[in-house]
Amino acid sequence: MEKITFASQLMQYLITGLTVGSIYAMVAIGFNIIYNVTEIINFAQGEFVMLGGLIMVFLHVAAGLPLLAAFPLTIILVTLAGMLLDRLAISPIRQPSVLTLIIATIGASIIIKGIAMFIWGKDPFDLPAFSGRNPIHLMGAVIQPQYLWVGGFLIIIVILLTFFFEKTIIGKAMSACAENPDAASLVGINVKHMILLSFSLSAAIGAVAGITITPISLMEYDRGAMLAIKGFGAVVLGGLGSFPGAILGGLILGTIESFGAGLIHSGYKDAFALIVLLAVLFIRPSGLLGSVEVSKFKRF
Amino acid sequence: MSKKITVLVLVCLFGIGVVITPALADSYKIGAVFAVTGRASFLGDPEKKTAVMVADQINKAGGIGGKKLELIVYDTEGDATKANLAVKKLINQDKVCAVIGPSLSGTSMAVVPLAAQYKTPLISVAASYKITWDDKANKARHWVFKTPQTDTMAVEAIYTHLKKRGINKIAIMSVTSGFGKSGHGELVRLAPQYGMNIVADEFYGPKDTDMTAQLTKVKGLAPKAIVNWSIGPTQVVILRNWKDLGMTSIPFYQSHGFGSRKNIELAAGAAEGVYTPLGAINVAEILPTSHVQKNVTMQFFNDYSARYKEPLSSFGGHSWDAMHMVIKALRAVGCNRTAIRDFLENNTAGFVGQHGVFNYSQKDHIGLDKDAFLMIVVKNGDWALAQ
Repeated sequence: MEKITFASQLMQYLITGLTVGSIYAMVAIGFNIIYNVTEIINFAQGEFVMLGGLIMVFLHVAAGLPLLAAFPLTIILVTLAGMLLDRLAISPIRQPSVLTLIIATIGASIIIKGIAMFIWGKDPFDLPAFSGRNPIHLMGAVIQPQYLWVGGFLIIIVILLTFFFEKTIIGKAMSACAENPDAASLVGINVKHMILLSFSLSAAIGAVAGITITPISLMEYDRGAMLAIKGFGAVVLGGLGSFPGAILGGLILGTIESFGAGLIHSGYKDAFALIVLLAVLFIRPSGLLGSVEVSKFKRF
Repeated sequence: MSKKITVLVLVCLFGIGVVITPALADSYKIGAVFAVTGRASFLGDPEKKTAVMVADQINKAGGIGGKKLELIVYDTEGDATKANLAVKKLINQDKVCAVIGPSLSGTSMAVVPLAAQYKTPLISVAASYKITWDDKANKARHWVFKTPQTDTMAVEAIYTHLKKRGINKIAIMSVTSGFGKSGHGELVRLAPQYGMNIVADEFYGPKDTDMTAQLTKVKGLAPKAIVNWSIGPTQVVILRNWKDLGMTSIPFYQSHGFGSRKNIELAAGAAEGVYTPLGAINVAEILPTSHVQKNVTMQFFNDYSARYKEPLSSFGGHSWDAMHMVIKALRAVGCNRTAIRDFLENNTAGFVGQHGVFNYSQKDHIGLDKDAFLMIVVKNGDWALAQ
């Protein structure tokens, strides 16, 4: 084995950090979509990631569907789960306050986790990497092909979402709900439908995150909570409600963890991320790209 | 009216109780508490199934000295309070001769005082040495025994193997859960005794997605071997990262937590050449016929697979060992709690079990040493005995 240089080590930390960060970013985007329309933090967001991974394993490995068929089908199924979550847990609540809705999502996440445990058991599951497991070498660092898929899908999601919110009527209607739900319903936008749509969208994004990460880290029924916490950290770091903030927050969080573990001490990996998060919140309480003016109008 | 019915029902229930009790008086009762459901069900479920199977086998073969063996199992759900209540119930209401379990070190510690209080032998199936060893009094707990190997033995087995290969510069990696912390403590504590120089001491979380950063750091320090202590998905992910980073020339040692073929499968080829210390029951099929445990392990392996139609879990072996030693004691001395305890301590030497050859003594209520672990290497996607 050739000796690894310090520069290659740094390169490796960066690559690993960006990959893990991309997943955090995807979870963070999911948080933001729902937050922007409903002002609630959906604590079941991590469960969408878990479902995405496990349903994909079921369809692709157990049922033998080809990758190209299993991928969209998984997204559809998880999206349905997202819609069910809205219809069964969020929508039926009378006189909803933000707090009761958030508690409802916590309850839902426990139920989803329990159902997943019943269906798949407690063992972790593996998914074959999309394009093999032969690592690519770059400046002494190693890149798994799957890393590129994770990064690639993050970019695709960002492009599609930008197009959706900027160019389509529905997207603009959703943005309107985010700005002011009362005014939006006055101009004829069905806010309930928009909430349903926001849950579907973030479920779909969660599914993509789950599908792309399972070949790297395996997937089991109780992984959702941890991913949700990291994703939420990314949201707060970037600024609640800001899409560029979510991506930036996710990538920064992943990179800090990776460099912290490699250069300082791996035992305090999570602490470094939290320290940076706290420091940012001290200096900019609204997060890196969040706006204080906007947050004053929000209930949460 | 409803009161009358309640009274009637109660009278009936008591009546049945009176009828049943004498019918079972002609039996030996063994109590067992396992984490059959809950987060530790991967331990408790096979332990219960094994105990039930052993009891059935004994009864089919005529029982113990003509008396039937009655096994009473309660589920602790991995909860210390429930374990405590269940053991009290077994001892005081069910009047069992001895108690087997609980499955976890934590729940075992919660019931250890009961064994002394009610003077009942307790044979735990959990790992920690503290279950049978009283650190304060610096002696073995009088009424408590246990069957599983300890972390200490696994570390000793790994260090002995490393020493034999002339390796003394190692990196250790561990998960920040109870299992990882306990192993980490022993790895660090025993390193000087075996002349091991720990050049890197890395950690990761139980739900971490990737350990590339930690391994990259390890790679830079160029150790001669890596010892990893974790359970669950992380022990598989770390192997993939190890292979991807081109570090396969650094031998990789896993803890005894790696002992399931499922892990080899999940590693998708990355487990090749990995070393792990395992009890004989994990590798029953590949043991040479001359091995002292070959017969008992193959018998258990075949019986369990035939009865439950599922792969054997090595954890069941711990309750097999406990059951058979208690049965041996019952045959010799009958249902006398003090006599059973004395028999276990003095007369079970050389008992050939699933996880080793037991030698309990007044000072040692664990009964095993590092030889209870065999060094296993992953070869062609299966276990093989390491040289």
